[in-house]
Amino acid sequence: MLHDLSLDVRAGELLGLLGPSGSGKTTLLRIIAGLDRPDSGRIIFGGDDATRMPVQERAVGFVFQHYALFKHMTVADNIAYGLNARKRSERPAKAEIKKRVSDLLDLIKLSNFGDRYPSQLSGGQRQRIALARALAVEPRVLLLDEPFGALDAQVRKDLRRWLREIHDRTGQTTIFVTHDQDEALELSDRVAVLDRGRLEQIGTPDEVQEQPASPTVLKFLGDTIEVEAIAQGGRVLVNGRETPVTAPTNAVGPVKLYVRPWQLQFANEEHAHLNGFVRSSYRAQGRQRIEIDRPGGGLLVVEASDNARLAAGLPVGLRINSGYVFAD
Amino acid sequence: MAVASVRPKRRFRQPSVIPGFGLTLGYTLTVLSLIVLFPLAALVVRASGLGLSGIWEVATDPRVFSALRVSFGVSLIAALTASVFGSIVAWVLTRYDFPGRRIIDAVVDLPFALPTAVAGIALASLYAPNGLIGAQLAKVGIEAAYTPVGIFIAMVFIGLPFAVRTVQPLIAEIDREVEEASAILGSTRLGTLTKVVLPPLIPAVLTGFALAFARGVGEYGSIIFIAGNLPYVSEIAPLLIVIKLSEFDYAGACAIATIMLAISFTTLLFINLIQAWSRRRFGYV
Amino acid sequence: MSEAITPSDFPVADAGLRPPASVVTEKGWVRALLIAVAIIFLALFLVLPLVTVFVQAFAKGLQAYLAAFAEPDAHAAIRLTLVTAAIAVPFNLVFGVAAAWAIAKFQFWGRDLLVTLIDLPFSVSPVVSGLIYVLVFGSQGILGPWLLAHDVQIIFAVPGIVLATIFVTFPFVARQLIPLMQEQGTAEEEAALTLGASGWHAFRTVTLPNIRWGLLYAVLLCNARAMGEFGAVSVVSGHIRGLTNTLPLHVEILYNEYNFVAAFAVASLLAGLALVTLVIKSVLEWRYAGDLAASARH
Repeated sequence: MLHDLSLDVRAGELLGLLGPSGSGKTTLLRIIAGLDRPDSGRIIFGGDDATRMPVQERAVGFVFQHYALFKHMTVADNIAYGLNARKRSERPAKAEIKKRVSDLLDLIKLSNFGDRYPSQLSGGQRQRIALARALAVEPRVLLLDEPFGALDAQVRKDLRRWLREIHDRTGQTTIFVTHDQDEALELSDRVAVLDRGRLEQIGTPDEVQEQPASPTVLKFLGDTIEVEAIAQGGRVLVNGRETPVTAPTNAVGPVKLYVRPWQLQFANEEHAHLNGFVRSSYRAQGRQRIEIDRPGGGLLVVEASDNARLAAGLPVGLRINSGYVFAD
Repeated sequence: MAVASVRPKRRFRQPSVIPGFGLTLGYTLTVLSLIVLFPLAALVVRASGLGLSGIWEVATDPRVFSALRVSFGVSLIAALTASVFGSIVAWVLTRYDFPGRRIIDAVVDLPFALPTAVAGIALASLYAPNGLIGAQLAKVGIEAAYTPVGIFIAMVFIGLPFAVRTVQPLIAEIDREVEEASAILGSTRLGTLTKVVLPPLIPAVLTGFALAFARGVGEYGSIIFIAGNLPYVSEIAPLLIVIKLSEFDYAGACAIATIMLAISFTTLLFINLIQAWSRRRFGYV
Repeated sequence: MSEAITPSDFPVADAGLRPPASVVTEKGWVRALLIAVAIIFLALFLVLPLVTVFVQAFAKGLQAYLAAFAEPDAHAAIRLTLVTAAIAVPFNLVFGVAAAWAIAKFQFWGRDLLVTLIDLPFSVSPVVSGLIYVLVFGSQGILGPWLLAHDVQIIFAVPGIVLATIFVTFPFVARQLIPLMQEQGTAEEEAALTLGASGWHAFRTVTLPNIRWGLLYAVLLCNARAMGEFGAVSVVSGHIRGLTNTLPLHVEILYNEYNFVAAFAVASLLAGLALVTLVIKSVLEWRYAGDLAASARH
């Protein structure tokens, strides 16, 4: 289900559609491809209205989540499929198709795999074949549905870098769907964050991270701590103490202050905005993660770089260095 | 580039970009109506012309009644036999490995592939008093051919694949870890089998039984040669339909056919109920 | 509980080098008994009748066997059986593929009901299957007077035999393909469409190759039943020798005339067909199990 939304994709860019499952991102992708039909609204490619255009004529490249490779065809036949499906008058000559296939196999670094069948390939290799197959028809826009969803963590990382390289080399306008923030932020020129069928924000990875448009975007992009605060003329107070955070002018009275774990710092009693008792701490990827019980209930997880192990039960104070307050 | 909204709606068909729905569904419905529904409706119309009392009158005719009793009674016993041995065969074929297993597995489908008339004359010659098995049975005083025993044999033959093939996939799907868990918890093998392994198979066994029963009631070709077709003794209901037709007694034929159709649809309903129950109880069919 | 466990505490060591009996199977003698019961039962009920067909067919030697096929009536029966199958099987093939396409590739209201209706002929007695066509096309049937007026004969003629055969083999292809195509989903077809293929091109190059083994399997079973159908055909045929006798009906006539060798000789032809069907079917099941959809085996 999608609500009215408008998305402008720039030529040559790599756009990530980011959102939790059920946010409508795959539906949007399928509507752009012509696989699903919108009840209202329009799809425009370049200057052409493509809304009523059948899927065959849209000239999109679609890479399916589970690749949808043709099992009974060799890799080369899979890649050549779109060219062979053309009307005789528009179909390239056999030799040319062969050349195109071998160029694409080189591009995806599977030069000697033309005669194999999809079942003989690994997940990552299949993914690359699916991409080559989509690129073979020289699509106006390349659409990828959760391109790395079905792969192992290590393969994912390699393929991400590789996709970025391919994009930089071909300059192909590309839209991909993902529910993985890291993936979207690492790969995209711009990220569109979707939630429950609405477009929450579109911007460069830096923009969406530094100036999230809504709590939804903020929460979706990483761990967030919610703190009760009071806004007064642009200033934000927590437990009666002023914080360095500025609030939008129309936010007045009780507000929610959103803080990332790394925007908190241990501080002594007179500088602390928050306090509590250490419940436990553990180390992960070179940083300490400390769980803190707040009086009156609630659990905080903060990050610290120092190596000091904090004993359970220790009272601590936390200072808010920065954070986000949104207008209602 | 994209401006869109999609709202879930109630409609006859979920939208899809795949072409050919109208064409294939239209063709399907047309052919289905012409080949299956219209002719079956002809029977229903004809039977409703007789009315319940008309059908009752035919059914209670002593010869018809005894034919129906033979068909249903013997089929019930045959389906029971097929289910018991079919379950053993299914278990052996799925759980044990022994030379020739695959060939025996293929043999199970023989009654599906062998034309019923061929099976019929083969069974008749085997079980005739001078036949290979018939002669042995005669020694112990059992008359197989030309009695309900012969009908029973033919019905077991025809029903067996149903009994085996409905149970077999479920046995293959049994989670061995569940059996291991039962053993670790201290159960004997027999206890594991009766308390853990068999209960989930019951719906499939019942389904196989119902299918074999329905097939047996309607079976004609493999039975008529061995049955002897003595009225009141070894005459089956389908044969009586043929006889009524040859006497141009359409009403009689329709009445018997309607009763048989009603029984097979009840059986179908019964199977659906078992499967619905099984889905709720065990999560699979 | 606290004593140290020594190797001799393990029954394995006591039993020599025999591995412990698996907990997920029965004792050896139980297994042997069950296997014996299964094999003897199948041999008695299934294999013996099959063997009998060939034994009886050759009871009076090869000459007598071959004589059964020298008769013109036998030729006519073979021809009619082939013609019937040649019409009924392709008809049901086209129907089955169309029905499976509509049912498996789309979601629509009443889909389950449609599947049940397609399956109906399997739960109708063969004799009743013949009867319903007599009620429609017979001289006293619904269309009887009209057919008589236009001098079209369906019952007691080839069209009736073909129709009855189509009816009894109606669900074979559809019920084999529906679960298979449902399992395969629509992603590959969608991929083909996004690559510019027309619907027909996508069907030919993507769908058809994906269902080819399932289709072959279904056609094989459909054909075996079409050539072997007895009850339904018997009702509509009228048993006119040389004209409306199929092979199974010819077997019946020969048998009832006490011409046993000829009856079994002709029967052996059908039994041979059944054996070939079983062999190909088994080979398909062993080699292409995944392409046949495990959910529908018969």
